[in-house]
Amino acid sequence: MMIINLIGLVLIGLVVWWFWLYKPPKAVDASAENITVVVNDGVYQPSRIKIIAGKKTTLQFFRKDFSPCAETVLFPAFEISEALPLEVNKLIELPPMSAGEYQFHCPMKMYTGSLIVEKE
Amino acid sequence: MNKLTNTTESNNTKELIIDGASCASCVGKIEKALRSISGVVNAEMNFALRTVTVTGEVDTEILIDIVKSIGYSAKNADEKSDDELLDEKDIADEKYYKSLMKQMWIALGLGIPLMVYSLAGGPMTVETSLERGIWLFIGILCAAIMFFSGKHFYIGAWKSFTNHTANMDTLIALGTGTAWIYSMVVVFFPMALPEMARHVYFEATAMIIGLIDLGLALEVKARGRTSEAIKRLIGLQAKTARVVRDVNGKKQEIDIAIEQVLLNDIVRVRPGEKISVDGIVIQGHTSIDESMLTGEPMPVEKVEEDEVVAGTLNKTGSILFKATRVGKDTALAQIINMVKRAQNSKPPIGRLADVISAYFVPVVMIIAIVSALVWLNFGPDPALAFAVVSATTVLIIACPCALGLATPMSVMVGVGKAAEAGVLIRNGEALQTASKITAMILDKTGTITEGAPKVTDVLIADQSYSKKYILSAASSIESGSEHPLAQAIVDSTIEQGIDPETVTDFHAIAGHGVQATFKGQQLLFGNQKLMLKNGVVLMDFVEKAQHLADEAKTPMYLAIDKKLAAIIAVSDPIKKDSIAAIKRLQANGIRVVMLTGDNRATANAVAKKVGITEVFAEVLPEDKSNKVAELQAQGEIVGMTGDGINDAPALALANVGFAIGTGTDVAIESADITLMRGSLHGLADAIAVSKATLRNIKQNLFGAFIYNVAGVPFAAGLLYPFFGLLLNPVIAGAAMAFSSLTVVSNANRLRFFKPQDH
Repeated sequence: MMIINLIGLVLIGLVVWWFWLYKPPKAVDASAENITVVVNDGVYQPSRIKIIAGKKTTLQFFRKDFSPCAETVLFPAFEISEALPLEVNKLIELPPMSAGEYQFHCPMKMYTGSLIVEKE
Repeated sequence: MNKLTNTTESNNTKELIIDGASCASCVGKIEKALRSISGVVNAEMNFALRTVTVTGEVDTEILIDIVKSIGYSAKNADEKSDDELLDEKDIADEKYYKSLMKQMWIALGLGIPLMVYSLAGGPMTVETSLERGIWLFIGILCAAIMFFSGKHFYIGAWKSFTNHTANMDTLIALGTGTAWIYSMVVVFFPMALPEMARHVYFEATAMIIGLIDLGLALEVKARGRTSEAIKRLIGLQAKTARVVRDVNGKKQEIDIAIEQVLLNDIVRVRPGEKISVDGIVIQGHTSIDESMLTGEPMPVEKVEEDEVVAGTLNKTGSILFKATRVGKDTALAQIINMVKRAQNSKPPIGRLADVISAYFVPVVMIIAIVSALVWLNFGPDPALAFAVVSATTVLIIACPCALGLATPMSVMVGVGKAAEAGVLIRNGEALQTASKITAMILDKTGTITEGAPKVTDVLIADQSYSKKYILSAASSIESGSEHPLAQAIVDSTIEQGIDPETVTDFHAIAGHGVQATFKGQQLLFGNQKLMLKNGVVLMDFVEKAQHLADEAKTPMYLAIDKKLAAIIAVSDPIKKDSIAAIKRLQANGIRVVMLTGDNRATANAVAKKVGITEVFAEVLPEDKSNKVAELQAQGEIVGMTGDGINDAPALALANVGFAIGTGTDVAIESADITLMRGSLHGLADAIAVSKATLRNIKQNLFGAFIYNVAGVPFAAGLLYPFFGLLLNPVIAGAAMAFSSLTVVSNANRLRFFKPQDH
């Protein structure tokens, strides 16, 4: 029983670490390569995007997922909400941003991603 | 500019719409420029349609750039319109619905017989090798169903897991996965488990997947209905327009797609047709039904120089108008954009749910583990089976979606409903604050009154001047003023055949009036303050002015060479439904205050007529915001209603600024809430719809919270020690599937909301 309890506690520890404590990997640098944010299977891919501060940015989204939540992407910090038509490249213009981290997500937050805005 | 694009153009024929090509000679120039691009095989322009068809393997962006470089502008004709996107969305939703229903039937096809067998007392245990064989076969069948009907949950769960996030898919995948894996362990290694724990749960896995697919399918249908309002707005856009263009050197009327209408095009509209783009009438007269945008039921008469708005319906006459705003610039396109944006914005009330949902799924996973451990440590036999059932049920019953859907669904319907009534709500915050307004400041001119005053009385003080001379002087000095009453005087005199003449040394003195030199005489025209300031003796005309003011007229003094010459009274009629609308606001417990720059007597007279007891009169334009602040300091949540132009600072300072429009000529960007029609009923409607939406959000949030707060502990087995009750995972699956459906359906109830009749 001791071992089972221990396994249980380890599992709880893993949940806490994996979902809350884990430091996310480096963001994909948007200025270095041309990328399209693919919306599919419950995630934005890539979900962490590095952007240079103070410049207008155009992000391209491509939705493959039928899920109703996926059909809109919100950038709450900039009051932007855009419909993502199915299997169509959709360009979204973002205003120049100051350095910081900004979230983008679907209305129910099932899909989440971050813009990591850094100074040049 | 950072550009994250990855353009891949597979088709080799592209169509561009060209703007700025005014002569046939442009055709050759554009075609030549396009043909010079390497990769372009051919480029042919249709001058009448202003379109060019390009064949070749080239990015559209490059084609547009080259057209721009020779001085024209171009856009991609293949860009989909809102209408087309909406149709595609409907088709995609239908396809998704059908695929979910198919998946549901297949999952329930296995789940229901197994469930019936189990409920009828059939053994769900593995004792003999025959049973092992049968259950192994069913287990494999169940795995196939998990793959076919539940693949999207497992892929979604895995992808989010690798992204260090968790969502509803995670819970469903873990719950059904646990039940299936445990059952397979029972099938393969029954001896490793205590006898009482050799129970299989394949029916739970299949049933849960089927029920959740059903829930999702019904949700897709219900969600479609929440966007009815925006669909209706998009549906207002005409698809084609009849324009006058040069065809083979001759002016002809041709029908073209709406996307091809260019700025300054001359557009023909016949009776019964929709107005295709915004413009100004240049020939003919008609009456136009603007109710779809303004909520105003009476058709509006249009003559030359009047504006017409895209999406409205031409009723009687045939007109020609010049396009002044096309494509995404039309008022209708902007309204659609604003409604879409507002529908996806969140009022502050939804933020708590957002914070909770960020932690929700991992917390539920932890609760599931803790509950399994508690059962294993303290539960009765078969503890292992109880542990598996409780963990599975906890994972399945928890519904982050209901929480996530609670606010956005209601906002979507509420904002759409408001738009149908001609009320444009900027965002969720405005919606929420509007529901809490305790005091409403109404600007008098143009808000309570028509804003189109007329000269009613001319009282001559100095008999050496004729009425005609007085009106000529007044009209001449006022023709340079921007004050709303000035226009009334100019219009009234023009009607009497007196044209304004030129004045010199014109000065407007804010809050007082105007002064100028007219035919060598110094004119002063304005209120009592202006006269007193300049030492003009008013004698018994103060009383006469007071008498006029008591009749809700605005008296203005005209002094010639600092001697009182006349009083001209102007009256601005009260809008016919202002009294009823103000009553509606007051009946809702809102303190209604009138604000005006007019003199106190006129203001009081108007206020009395409309049933307002509190009046801020003689307020200078720059002091309007101070009055808002004054009420806020008294603890009121203040709404301010004005025309959105002169009142901008006060509108901005108020908790909610309402811009009241006349027709569709509105400054959409200037206020929190824009009323498309002039009636104050729009104001009462806006508040009513905000209240109804907030009430709906609260119901949803309460339901979603209570559901999870009660459901999760019940699923964990908290009631078992007291009542011997433990929730069946299949029931948990059904509850979960229908909890989000309930939220969407409750939001849909708002569609039937009707503001009070008026």
